[in-house]
This record gives sequence, structure tokens and C-alpha cells, in this order.
Amino acid sequence: MKSDTVAIRADGLGKSYRIGGGPRATTLAERLVNAVRHPFGRGAGEIFWALRDASFEIPRGQAVGIIGRNGAGKSTMLKLLSRITTPTTGWAELHGRVGSLIEVGTGFHPELTGRENVYLNGAILGMRRHEVTRRFDEIVDFAGIERFIDTPVKRYSSGMYMRLAFAVASSLDAEILVIDEVLAVGDLEFQRKCLGKMGEVAGAGRTVLFVSHSLHAISTLTSRTLVLDGGRIAFDGTTTDGLAFYRALQAAGADSAHAYRAPSGRSGVHLVDGRVVTSISDGQQRHGEPLAFDFTLDVPEPVSQLCFSVHVMDETDRAVCHFWIYGDGPSFRNATGRFNVRIDVPKFRLVMGRYTITVWVTDRATHNIFEHLTNLCPFEVTMDGLTRPDYEWSPDYMVYAEDYSYGVTRA
Amino acid sequence: MSDAPVVRIGAGDASPLRTARELWMYRDLFSALGVRDLRLRYRQTALGVAWVVLQPLLAAGIFSFVFGRIAKVPTDGQPYLLFSLAALIGWNFFSSVLTRASTSLIQNPQLVTRVYFPRLILPLAVVPAAFVDLLVTVAAFVVILFAQGRAPVATFIALPLVVLLFGALALGTGFAAAALAVRYRDVQYLLPVAIQMALYASPVAYSASAVPARWMQLYYLNPLAAPIELMRWSLLGTPAPAFNHLAYSIAAALTLWLAGTWIFRRIEQSFADEI
Repeated sequence: MKSDTVAIRADGLGKSYRIGGGPRATTLAERLVNAVRHPFGRGAGEIFWALRDASFEIPRGQAVGIIGRNGAGKSTMLKLLSRITTPTTGWAELHGRVGSLIEVGTGFHPELTGRENVYLNGAILGMRRHEVTRRFDEIVDFAGIERFIDTPVKRYSSGMYMRLAFAVASSLDAEILVIDEVLAVGDLEFQRKCLGKMGEVAGAGRTVLFVSHSLHAISTLTSRTLVLDGGRIAFDGTTTDGLAFYRALQAAGADSAHAYRAPSGRSGVHLVDGRVVTSISDGQQRHGEPLAFDFTLDVPEPVSQLCFSVHVMDETDRAVCHFWIYGDGPSFRNATGRFNVRIDVPKFRLVMGRYTITVWVTDRATHNIFEHLTNLCPFEVTMDGLTRPDYEWSPDYMVYAEDYSYGVTRA
Repeated sequence: MSDAPVVRIGAGDASPLRTARELWMYRDLFSALGVRDLRLRYRQTALGVAWVVLQPLLAAGIFSFVFGRIAKVPTDGQPYLLFSLAALIGWNFFSSVLTRASTSLIQNPQLVTRVYFPRLILPLAVVPAAFVDLLVTVAAFVVILFAQGRAPVATFIALPLVVLLFGALALGTGFAAAALAVRYRDVQYLLPVAIQMALYASPVAYSASAVPARWMQLYYLNPLAAPIELMRWSLLGTPAPAFNHLAYSIAAALTLWLAGTWIFRRIEQSFADEI
């Protein structure tokens, strides 16, 4: 490939973390004590490769999707390419201005007004002040919050907040855009708007790297896909083939996947494990019977507005059910330690079909996302035993079956 | 969008030249963060300004009582309030830049882990707010001067250079402290104690001339000693510090600046992994 048509070139890109081997000194005092005790020692420990040997070239103007299971190395890849962290091995070259949207609304301050935050956030994303000024009306217009632009954002609804944040991010004039899950915010209508905007970006000749759990979004927005597995690039080719490869990968791993266990070396606020307790047996649930989800959450540092939520997703990746745990009640708020979180559904009424869950662990105060895990705990709902003479159950017949009674009287 | 810069990502590169160029590219972020801090500080306008003026005045008042009235330390012939306030203007600028710079990274983890920009911007961006505080206090100082029937002395013109010296000392130390605080959590607790101790080791509440002659060499090892004397010279016309003491402080400021940026850039690459 000629160098003037290349947007991103990566060669042997890798990132490793040291795990275990005794805790690393986290205070100066400890460090000094260690230095006296083991003057030459460097804690052994195990090396964990979050990403290994990633080599690829992306031509200018191509939209590339990156998919992979949890812990496959997607976030590490994004963090390396957006220069948030530096690689342990290898190198990459980025030709052109890079805009990375790992999260929207980074640096928003609740006490500042919408207008002030637009300028601040724009600067954080690497925009010059005059660029923000030039696009200001467009941003406010896209967010649809003209009336509140001079109100502190702490008074915004979370929808307004997200709309404004996305509007700033999407006005970024970068030749290379690195995007992570930005679509996962806001209401459905706004998500559609964002998707449209990203399609526009991808169509406008800009190079886009798009990491998403939504296979639907990947297939609409990208033409090429990298599938990551276990920290390596397992597939690089057209999106159509990539999605097929990924589905096969998921199916192969599904046998042992009724329960989730965090990859070793995971730190920070995170989900340690999760499982679904189904009514018949492992992964089999009968319609209308009790169902439970059981999680262990590790909270090493207190988070004031920790929120835990679970979506049940159907086969088309549509959220059909949502359980959320927030407010002042839950004891994991502003506390540290391990917590068991159990969600009991007395009568599970989703219609027959295969389901998975998506787990979010977030901080509602800072909009920080600690965990966003998808395709966890697959299970299947059956409706056998629930006889309904003359009519066959079929999956697309309805989303869920409600209890009801009826009365027919002569009017 | 005219030029297409090539960014190379690799283990352990980033030349000082590239860092400097990037800092320049991100200059609007510097001002945006500075403006943010100022807005947040002065939003409740009346109280914000009042507090900025009151804080050093109260400190000077307490010093006046303890050192001026009770201990009766020598003040080079100046009224004690002005004598200590002049020094506190420099001292507060130093300690406020250093303290805020040291926490600038650990208080913004979401910026460090979510978006790229030259990290040195964070400790640098604490300067505008501290500088405005300094201007407000200098204005208060001048008002008090006039109230006492005096006018600012000619050496006032040198004030910007004195402030620059304090800024360099504070930022050099601040860069190192900010980076170390990411790796070692106790830095943020140790630093205020160290600053408090430095206050009494510096000629803020008393005159350096009160230090016994045989301790003088040792005393001036503190790189803040001469700049504080210089601040007083600039604001009140008291005797200037000896040239060699001042030269030592300037050399210390340069060394701290270089060492601070070196430590910062060494640890910088792992900020996102450790914060």
C-alpha cells in the first residue's frame, strides 16, 4: 500500500500488564521499605498480555469495526490507538488528526453551563477554540437544548446531558475517528440519530475505527472487521465474513459460558462472576417459573452513586427486560468490598427463545462506566408443558406472555 | 485539516521537542482548564473574591499577633502586617500552585483514562487561577499601602520576574509531585506537611536577618528563602537578598524544573494504567 493512502499502520502492537507477584508498592513509604528490604528485587509476578502482535493497515477513508468477546483486547486496542496508554511492544503510525471518542462528555463539569461545557469538552477532545465557536450553533442544534444552553448541566436530565455530550464529540473534525460504544447512550431515538451521524462520518471519507458490542451497528457502519480473541487478531476481512466468524466463535465458547468469571488481572470496580439460575437445569428456563441472576461485585474504592443494571437481550440484540439497582438503598454505595447481588424474578414471562444478558456497572454521578459486559449467561426459555390447544407457540408470536383473565358479557 | 501530522506510537519515545510542540497544539485546552478553575472559584463572586483576599490577610493577622506582638521579631523596620503580607503573597502563590498541581492528575482520572492530550497540561493549567488570586492579593496589598499613606516603591516593576521565579520553583516540584502521586498514594498527604514545614523554614513570618550568622549558609539552602526576601524587596523596598543566594535559587528553580519534567515524563506513560 502506498504510504500516502494509509491512515493507520500497526506493526506487532502489544500491551502487557504485570499481575500477581505480590502487590506493587502503592505508597512512597512502602516503596522505601521495599527498597531497603529487597534492594535488587523486582516483584516477579505473571505477565498478562491484553493485546499481542497486532499488525494491520487501514487505508484512508475505510470504516473498520472491531469486535470480540469480553476481555478480547478491544479496549486495549482503542486505548493504544488513541494514545491513552503506550504499547509494550511494537508501534503504530497514525496519519492525520486523531479524534477518539472512548466516552462522551469527558470532563463535563456539573456546575458549569452547557455553553461552558461545550468549550471545555471541545478543548479536551483537541479542538481549537475557534473551531468550537464555528460549530457551536450546529452542536446546540443537534443536541436540541437551545433553551438550556446557559443552565448548569447539573440541572440537565441525563438524556439532555448525553445529547449535548455526543453533539460536541460528533462535531470533532478529525481525519481518523476512534469510537467506542458511544451509541450505548441515550434513548432509542437519539441512538438512531447518532447512528445516522456516524454513518455520515463514515461516508464522508474519514477513517473510522469502531468498537461496538452491537453487531447491527457494526454491519451497517463498517465494511471491514477485525475480530479479536484472547488478545490477538483472530480475523481480518470483510464485515460480512467477520460477523460470521464472530458468531461461530461465540457458539464454540457457549458450552461453558452459562456462568461468567472475570479475566484474571481485572482491577478496579468490576464484576467478579455472574450466573443465571434457571428453573429446569443449566441454561434451561421454563416460561412463567422463577428465574434468578447471581452476581459478585468487587468494589475496591467507594463510589457514591454506584449503579448496577442488567438487560436481558433477545436473539436480535434487542433489550427486552431491564433490572436496575441504584438509589440510596444498595449497600454497595459508598462502600468497599465484595458484594453479592441477586436479582429474583418470581415469574419469568419472556417468550420462548434464546437470551443473554448485558451487565452495566456505572457511576451515575460521573457517568463513568466500570463494566459493560455483553452476551453473558446465555439461557433458553421453553414453553413446553404450557399447553395451549390448537395453537402452536412460536418465538415471534410475542415478546412476553402476560397473565390475564377475561370477561365476556352481553352489552 | 490542512496538514496531516503523522503520529507515531511506540514504547518509550516522545522527545522533549514533540512534547513541546504538542503542548503548543493544545494551548486552548490549557486556557479552557484555567477558565474552568477560575469560573468555579469565582462563581459565587462576592464570596470568591473576599475569600482570596481574606485568607492571606487572616494569616498575616495571626502572624502579626504571634510574631509581631508577642515574639517581637525584627521586620527590617516595616509594619508587621505589610511585612508578612508581602511575603505571604509569594508564599501563597507558591504553595497554591504546588498543591493544586500535585493533585491535578489524581483528581482528573476520567480525563487521564479516557482521552489523550499532553498530560503536562493538567499541572500547568492550575497556574491561571493561582495567578488571578495573586493579582487580587497584590491589589489588596496596594490598598493597604495607600491606607497607610505610602505609595508603591519603584522596585514594584520587578514583581513579574519574582512571580516567575516562584512559579518555576512551584511547577518544577509540582510536576514531580503530580506524577509521583499517581503511583504513590501517600504523596498527597505528605506534601501539605512538607509545605507547612517549609513555611517556617522560610522567612515569611520573620526576617532572614534574624537568623544567626553561623546558620546563614545552611538557611539559604532552602531555595525559597531568597525569593521571599526578593518579594519583600519588590513590594516594600526592604534590602534585597545577596546575589549568590539569589543565583542559587534561580539555579535550583531550573534544576527542579528539569528534574520535575523528567520524572513526570518517565511516569507519564503508565498514568492511564495506574491511576
